[in-house]
Amino acid sequence: MVEPLNLTAAAARVDLLLVAEMIERGARVLDVGCGDGTLLDLLIKTRDVDGRGIELSQAGVNGCVTKGLSVVQGDADTDLADYPDDGFDYVILSQTLQATRRPREVIEHLLRIGRRAIVSFPNFGHWRIRSQIAFQGRMPVTKNLSYAWYDTPNIHFCTIADFVALTDEMDATIEKAVALDRNGQPMRMALPWAVWNLFGEQAVFMLRRGS
Amino acid sequence: MPRSKTPPAVSQNEADHPTSPVQHFAADESLLLDSGASLGPWQIAYQTYGTLNADKSNAILICHALTGDQHVASDNPVTGKPGWWTSMVGPGKSFDTDRFFIICANVLGGCMGTSGPANHDLVTGKAYAVDFPVVTIRDIVRAQARLVDRLGIDTLFCVAGGSMGGMQVLQWAATFPERVFAAMPLATGAKHSAQNIAFHEVGRQAVMADPDWRAGRYLAEGTRPEKGLAVARMAAHITYLSEPALHRKFGRKLQDRAAPTFSFDADFEIESYLRYQGRSFVERFDANSYLYLTRAMDYFDLADDFGGSLASAFKGTKTRFCVASFTSDWLFPTSDSRAIVHALNAAGASVSFVEIETDKGHDAFLLDEPVLFATSRGFIGAAARARGLKEQD
Repeated sequence: MVEPLNLTAAAARVDLLLVAEMIERGARVLDVGCGDGTLLDLLIKTRDVDGRGIELSQAGVNGCVTKGLSVVQGDADTDLADYPDDGFDYVILSQTLQATRRPREVIEHLLRIGRRAIVSFPNFGHWRIRSQIAFQGRMPVTKNLSYAWYDTPNIHFCTIADFVALTDEMDATIEKAVALDRNGQPMRMALPWAVWNLFGEQAVFMLRRGS
Repeated sequence: MPRSKTPPAVSQNEADHPTSPVQHFAADESLLLDSGASLGPWQIAYQTYGTLNADKSNAILICHALTGDQHVASDNPVTGKPGWWTSMVGPGKSFDTDRFFIICANVLGGCMGTSGPANHDLVTGKAYAVDFPVVTIRDIVRAQARLVDRLGIDTLFCVAGGSMGGMQVLQWAATFPERVFAAMPLATGAKHSAQNIAFHEVGRQAVMADPDWRAGRYLAEGTRPEKGLAVARMAAHITYLSEPALHRKFGRKLQDRAAPTFSFDADFEIESYLRYQGRSFVERFDANSYLYLTRAMDYFDLADDFGGSLASAFKGTKTRFCVASFTSDWLFPTSDSRAIVHALNAAGASVSFVEIETDKGHDAFLLDEPVLFATSRGFIGAAARARGLKEQD
């Protein structure tokens, strides 16, 4: 049974729906850092994908397996090396990049394991964050990034511009890019990177290896 | 202390004439074993629970551990105690007997009705003892497959088990991938570690050092190596627990006394407990079976059958796996389970893996672990949907 994509229940997580829209039906998908399995569940129900997950927290994994999802306890930094080349059509890294120890290596693995990599992350270039550092002189704490500097799991923040620069450095091509405003709504497409980098709270990129 | 000269009438009878159902295989249906030996005629004893559905798609094979048996969810005929996995098998349990047809067979080399060293050779009438061929986990699984054939079942909906039972699950998935829809190897490893072989060797030496072992021929001579087997069990039992669990349960508490007795009496509760574990074990288990089955575990190295690559053992598999380990299990630590998961990932298999937080050690898979129940229920439920099994089948 495949349900229609426009679910009201998932509407609160526009970023998840955005990712779901990027994936074709029946694809093989690996969700790295899949949390409680919300996105995987959504993809299986709406896109009929063959979905797998990796999650660091025991509570997350247990929740996923209890839902019947194929999820293993593991760490994006260390365990992606165990996955074979081209094992998946899509490898998703949703809101996890900033918590990895070696983001570049993680992205390289995503591009190796999947034909496409979908990466979403909070944009550290957003004006609200910039202004906290500029005018308060304090490490930013926002609604979406609510940790204090000393207990945050997020150790590798980047801006949209940083991410684009990294893909240029790596052998990767941006196939799609979407920035979400503070309401989680996609911003108008035709704006230049600099505008997205200032007003996008989150970004979702679809990459493929090669240029 | 005088030793009992009476062989254990009950378990001896269970070996040759089990109270559970048994399938007999004639000389021309012999089992070809990894050692090169051919075993026949032979028999396999088993229990079933629940009802096989019309298209025979709801069968679950439970594989028991080293000293377990086929009485997974019904009273044990020797001890009178409840089945060893009633927490997981029964009406409304993860392995729901209202929904699935559960099979559990005594392993080859065991002493509860499947051919083993405690049996009498069906041709010569003599006790096998150490003339019984050495068996492997693969031989055990081959014997189970013959039983499953006899029951007219082509594909098992699930094969599940912990510890040595988990080894059988992995062997099933590797040897008969098309016959295993789902697999649950728990608290196990794809090979037996040097440390585990070492502990087994201590146990075997304890048995063989007992003068009543009589070079293995104690059944014919009317003795029993009870002391040796009890020591083997005591040593092994420690490996099934954990330091925190021992501390929590026993600490340094004294057994029914206010002060140490300055003797080698069982002053500490833990000593008394271990002695009890040893004593009760020898009443239900055959010493030679213990030698054979520990050997079968020692020889287990699944990757070795596939050119050293564990991933090759699962290449192209369509079986869905659920692997679980326990944080305080030092006999089959989480790293053993992770090695299985890595291989399954490399093979592109569908796999779930949980590490369950507990201080109960290796035995946790047999105990009341709500996370294990929730995990297995979720996994089995999803697999049943994928298999097209109705809620009540």
